[in-house]
Formats: sequence, structure tokens, C-alpha cells
Amino acid sequence: MNKMILTGLTIVCLLAMGAIFAPFLSKYDYKEQNMLERLQPPSAKHLMGTDEYGRDVFTRMLYGARISMSVGLIAVLISAFIGIILGAISGYFGGVVDNIIMRFVDIVLTIPTLFLILMLVVFLGPSIFNIIFIIGLTSWTDIARIMRAEVMKLKKAEFVDAARLIGLRNRNIIIKHILPNALSPVFVYMTFGISGAILIESGLSFLGLGVQPPEPSWGNILTAGKDYIHSAWWMIVYPGFAIFLSVFGFNMLGEGLRDYLNPKIRKENLK
Amino acid sequence: MRNYIIKRIILLIPMLIGITLITFIIIHLTPGEFTKINMQMDIRTSPDSIAKLRQLYGLDKPLHIQYFEWLKRFIKFDFGESFIDNRPVMDKILERLPATLLLNIISLFLIFSFGIIIGVTSAVRRNSFYDRLMMVFTFIGYSMPAFWLAIILMFFFGVKLELLPISGMKSIDFEQMNFFEKIIDILSHLILPVFVTSFGGLAYISRYVKSSMVDTLSQQYIKAAYAKGLPEKKIIYRCALKNSLLPLITLFGLSLPGLIGGSFIFETIFAWPGMGRLAYEAAMSFDYPVIMGVVTIAAFLTILGNLIADILYAVVDPRIRYK
Repeated sequence: MNKMILTGLTIVCLLAMGAIFAPFLSKYDYKEQNMLERLQPPSAKHLMGTDEYGRDVFTRMLYGARISMSVGLIAVLISAFIGIILGAISGYFGGVVDNIIMRFVDIVLTIPTLFLILMLVVFLGPSIFNIIFIIGLTSWTDIARIMRAEVMKLKKAEFVDAARLIGLRNRNIIIKHILPNALSPVFVYMTFGISGAILIESGLSFLGLGVQPPEPSWGNILTAGKDYIHSAWWMIVYPGFAIFLSVFGFNMLGEGLRDYLNPKIRKENLK
Repeated sequence: MRNYIIKRIILLIPMLIGITLITFIIIHLTPGEFTKINMQMDIRTSPDSIAKLRQLYGLDKPLHIQYFEWLKRFIKFDFGESFIDNRPVMDKILERLPATLLLNIISLFLIFSFGIIIGVTSAVRRNSFYDRLMMVFTFIGYSMPAFWLAIILMFFFGVKLELLPISGMKSIDFEQMNFFEKIIDILSHLILPVFVTSFGGLAYISRYVKSSMVDTLSQQYIKAAYAKGLPEKKIIYRCALKNSLLPLITLFGLSLPGLIGGSFIFETIFAWPGMGRLAYEAAMSFDYPVIMGVVTIAAFLTILGNLIADILYAVVDPRIRYK
């Protein structure tokens, strides 16, 4: 286990705990307004202060973590599902099928992803579900390529020949023998995918195109804070730092895993 | 080589058709629509006037006919007129291009020069304190949400210290300035956006250079150079550097579309009058011709960037030959 995996995992676990146990960690309701306690600085009563409607920022941050985490995870699962299936088919069968799938990947890759996402969000309307699906449906191309390369390598392995010799069907060979061996680089990419999805979600929410208030998201807390930047720094600093920390955590984890799975670097670290 | 280039250029046509078709389908099959958005607010709107408006913009025709009409004009490099102000899409794009180019050429230059310096020096002093420091530094930039960094910098340098302008590309009294004041004015508007864009991109290049350099340094011919007794500086900067910078050509080709496409998040925050903001405004107001124009140009540049990178690669590296 290297230091990077450990750091990344610690950050990710802390954020995940905050998200899961949100109702137990705070006694406030994230929607409850209290006009008598507007824009209060952090104190023992309100750990991260209150916002322009007197809502507890700490509570909103915890529920925001739920949004960010679930957007990141589900979006990546969707894109991994599509990418793994298309990549495996493409790499295993080759020929015309491979050509068609890869040309399709090329086309999707050529459309600027962020703009594609923006366009879809505007046209379909901003909501958490739309954002999750849109991010998932637009970011599977790299996973498909990685998967394809892995499968092409494994296809020539002896154990796959053996499976074919005893008469297994293609579907069984792919699912039972090739997939488990091809997944580790995809897994590394997925951790980077989560941080990418979190960044996109918070960016969209910041522009008012993502999670809509009163539902909290790190991005939209920041948008609200922007108007009170002179008086209420806590509405800017905390949500931005939370986005940074989660992206940093997942990137660290991904980077660590990549090193760990790379035999060349691992050997060197052992020395 | 020549046949390869010709083949790639011919391949451009089905790619562009695929891209424009996908964009077209997304635009027209999703529920939101230009006429609805722009008429909803007005209580005098009748179904009749919406129908008239649809007819005016040709939105009432069947989809495949609309697409072929668009394609016919596109062959003549005509992207049609914007729905919002009826100006030709091409004019609107050309008007926004210089701002984006200016911003991105400067940041790309900074990203590549600092990225190479950081990458090479950390590879040479691998696992040292400096190496780790640089890794953390670039990692922070890589993970930083750009819009957050932008707000904080705008607040500190623009509002608190009043050192730098916080939005746009020119001051209000720009027209009255003389030549040098104009240059200084634009430069001061550039500092914050350039910093925010480059900080994020630095990690990617520097880590790429570092791993490439580390790889090169473990090659046999480097050992041979050491064995021959060449001074270390010469080995690193003459033999290793040249070889490890080769893959950067691909990265450069890949960053070409960003150079012209810009980023809508940065440009919206800094109110930078570039292509990214044009795309953002077009999407927000359902301005179909502008959206199609922006996507087509961006896609075309991406393909072109890849092609140029592949060709350059073959020119620089004699080991690569295309059939």
C-alpha cells in the first residue's frame, strides 16, 4: 500500500462518512430557513456559519456531499457499463464490429465534451438525474478504448485459447475469463472519472445549470456566496474547499492505484 | 506518407457528417425549443404565432430535410444566421476568435514551458524533496475547481487590493487610450484568466514530461552515454531531453481545439468575450445555427489537430512511418 492510496482513501472515506451520516452529524434541517440568523459567521452553534436565508451551512455542505458523491459514483458506473461492454465487444471480435464501434468512439470524442454536456443540460432541463445520466452518457469513450486495448492483449493469452478449446461460448469467455483480468486499468480510470464528474457537476451547479436550490450542492452554495463575498467568506471558502478536497482525494487514489498496478514503478518503490 | 495523409483527409468527411448529425439530432429531439423559450414569457403568444415563427426559421419542415438544407449551406462554408440577432454565424464566430486565441496562446505557452521545466527537473532529481514538492503543487492545480480559484483571485486582486481588473478584456475608457496604454490595459485583464487556465493544465504536461523523461533515462543508450564518459548535463539535455519531448507533439495537437474553442466556464466567470462564452450564450438561448457552427468548427479543429500531430510525429521521429 503506498502513501498516495492511503491519503486518497482517507479523504474519500471521510467525505463518504459525512455524506452517509449527514442526518446524525447535524441537528439542523438543510431547507429550514431562519431569517433571524442570516449570514452569521462560524460559531459553536453553526460550525460553518449560516447563509442568506439563515440556513446552517455545515448541514448544507453535508447534504451537498451526498449529491456530489452520488453524482460522481453513479455517473461513472453508467459510463463504465457502456464503455466496458462496447470496449470488450470491440476488442474481442475485431474486424467490422471493431471498426464501427471505434469510429463511433472517434466521433463522440471529437465533439467537445463539456459543451456537449452543457447543451444536453440546457435542452433537457437541469436536475440531478439528468446531470448524472448526461455525464454518464458522454464520458464512456476513454473506458471503451482502455477496455478494448486490454481485451485485445488478453485475447491472445493461452488461458483464453484453453477456454476456447474446451468449447466455451464467446459470451462466457468474455465475462468469466477476460473481464476479471482486464478490469484493473478500467478501475483506475474510474476513480479519475469520479473526480471529473464531481468537477463537472459543481461547475454546472455553480452556473445555475445543475442542482437547483433549495436542494444543496457545493456548486450552488458557492453561487449564493458569490453575492456576499464581502461579508460572508464562509460561503465561499468551505464549499470550494470541499470540491477541491474530494477531487484531490479521488485523483490521489487513482494515481496511487495506477502506480500500484504498474509493476515497473512498484518494484522501484520496494527497493 | 502522402497516401496516408490523403486517406486521413478523405476520412474527415464521414467524421464531420457523423458529428454534425449527432449534434443536429440532440438539438432537435430534445424537449426544449427556441420558439417556446422565447415566447413563453409573453402572454399574447398564441399557438398560431408560434407556428408562424417555426415556419420563419424552417423548424416546421421534417428533420431530414432541415439537416440536408443545413448541409447544403455548410458545403459553401455558410452556417446560416443566428436566431437571436440575425447576423451570420460566421461573423459572430470570427468576432469572438481573437479574444480566445490571445488568452489560450499565452496560457498554452506558459503551460508547455513551465510543464517541461518542472517535468525534466523532477525526473532528474527523482524522489527528492523538490520532486515531491512539485508533484504536490501540480496536483493541487489539477484538482482545483477553476471557478473557485477564479472567484478567490478576483476578490483578492480585484476587489480587496484593487490591483487588477476582474472582468472583460478592455476597460471602459479603452478607446481614449494611446497604443501603449491599450496594450497594458489588455495585459492587465489577461493576468487572472491566464493564471487560472495555466495552473490547471500544468500538472498534465509536467507529469507527462516527467514519466517520459524517467523512461528515457533508463534506456540503454543513456547508459552507453554515461559509460562513454559524457558529462551528465550533456547527457540529460542533449540526449535524453530530445527523445523524451517527442510525445509532447501529440499533446500539442490535442490542445489545438481548446486553443480556439475556449472554455465556457472560465469565459463566463471572467466575462471574457471569446468563443466559449459565445457557445454558452448560444446554448442558453437555443440559438441552433450558432450551436451547429461552434460544434462543427471545434470538431473540425480537433480532427485537424490530431492529423497535424500524427504528421509532425512522423517528420520528427524517423522510426515512425505511415503506410
